[in-house]
Amino acid sequence: MTFKYENVYLNEVSTIAGPYENNGPLGRYYDKVYNDFYCGTKTWEQAECRMLIDSVDMVLYKANKLKNDIDLHISGDLLNQIVSTNYASASIGIPLIGIYSACSTSVLGLIIGSNMVDKEQIRNCLISTSSHNNGAEKQFRQPVEYGGPKKKTTTFTTTGAASFLLSSKKSKIKVESATIGIVTDLGVTDSFNMGAVMAPSAAVTIHNHLKNLKREASYYDLILTGDLGVYGKKILVDYMKTEYNIKLKNYNDTACMIYDLEKQPVYAGGSGPACLPLVFNSYIYEKMLKGELGRVLLVATGALLSPSMVNQKLSIPSISHAISLEVTDDIL
Amino acid sequence: MDKNKYKELVAKYTPKENRLYNAIIAFLVGGLVGVFGQILIDLYSYFLNIPTKEASVFMIITLVFLGCFLTCLGFFDKFVSFAKCGLIIPITGFAHSMMSATLEYKKEGIVTGMGANMFKLAGTVIMCGVVSAYFFGLLRIIIMG
Repeated sequence: MTFKYENVYLNEVSTIAGPYENNGPLGRYYDKVYNDFYCGTKTWEQAECRMLIDSVDMVLYKANKLKNDIDLHISGDLLNQIVSTNYASASIGIPLIGIYSACSTSVLGLIIGSNMVDKEQIRNCLISTSSHNNGAEKQFRQPVEYGGPKKKTTTFTTTGAASFLLSSKKSKIKVESATIGIVTDLGVTDSFNMGAVMAPSAAVTIHNHLKNLKREASYYDLILTGDLGVYGKKILVDYMKTEYNIKLKNYNDTACMIYDLEKQPVYAGGSGPACLPLVFNSYIYEKMLKGELGRVLLVATGALLSPSMVNQKLSIPSISHAISLEVTDDIL
Repeated sequence: MDKNKYKELVAKYTPKENRLYNAIIAFLVGGLVGVFGQILIDLYSYFLNIPTKEASVFMIITLVFLGCFLTCLGFFDKFVSFAKCGLIIPITGFAHSMMSATLEYKKEGIVTGMGANMFKLAGTVIMCGVVSAYFFGLLRIIIMG
């Protein structure tokens, strides 16, 4: 399913990052950084809420808006019952749509928001996502202090939150089109190899997007996938070539950009719903504003992992959503 | 692409774990832990003037304490991820798995948090340990009388 938008613009973005992200190569681009995992709260879950609230405050501050000016807030995260979103929203107080789509939440939120703005159902909306490394480890994997060996393909959930402000008011970056993904499952059961789980769904979504809009991959200055990691990235490039005969050239993966893979203990790179927005909202957004990148396709990849389904020996499904952003020339 | 073909593609790009290196490290560190345990047994039986059987219980308590204590201080996980089975197979690994799970749920209360989740990782070890001890005990009686 592909949509085209006429009248949706990305007005402002914000990023709140944790300690590992701050020490990564993009550290200086973030709006606000916490250097401890608790962010002044008592637990990791509450810390995630704190960051989510901060990211909303930050984007409102940067856009010079009040909470009352915002019609809708679309938000999601990785924890059970999307608790960070729900608890954060209790203090934010903007009408909320809570969504869950694992690590592809950010782009799904952008698509829902863009559709509503484009149809003039709302004037503007905020889209937020967050993730917390320790909170996610606790829920999906092993206790944080447990040092059992991890595979090289393991990804490291990012700690951070990010928000987007969409509206019909013209700005330099236009939301041009979007494609909603299909859940794919190619039988990978290894929850420590998320790149392999998600690569096929990213490939399907990119292929559908290009096919529906009759475009070549070279149309985009940058195709940016969410959190495939070092090995998933290689799998995707190979998969696209063998399956669809599409050569990915201007392609990168945010999992490989957010951390220093040589120096930081992050195995195959970053992951989590905050990974793609943290990289896009800081580094890529700035590059687009400067005019160094014109057309960017964001493909957020989500592994729909449930520990109990994995224990039942079922494979892990995944979904990816894509959204295309373009720099507009007709700005004042 | 069908599942088998994709499996091959994934295998092509999945890095190999360095098993020989890991095994050597685990062998050396595990051996050192064993030597350390033996030294403790000798020391306890010499200084406290107790039989070896009791001294080995003291040794186990000491290693469990060290495993828990270093986990709480926050750096035992780094040792474990370096030494792998060298520290997981000895009693230190058991202590580490229990303590790390307990720490994780500290904020969720003594009963609903710590109590309920303490055996998250170690519970399997206890269950398998008890069951296999039972069967090996039976075997011993049958064979050795």
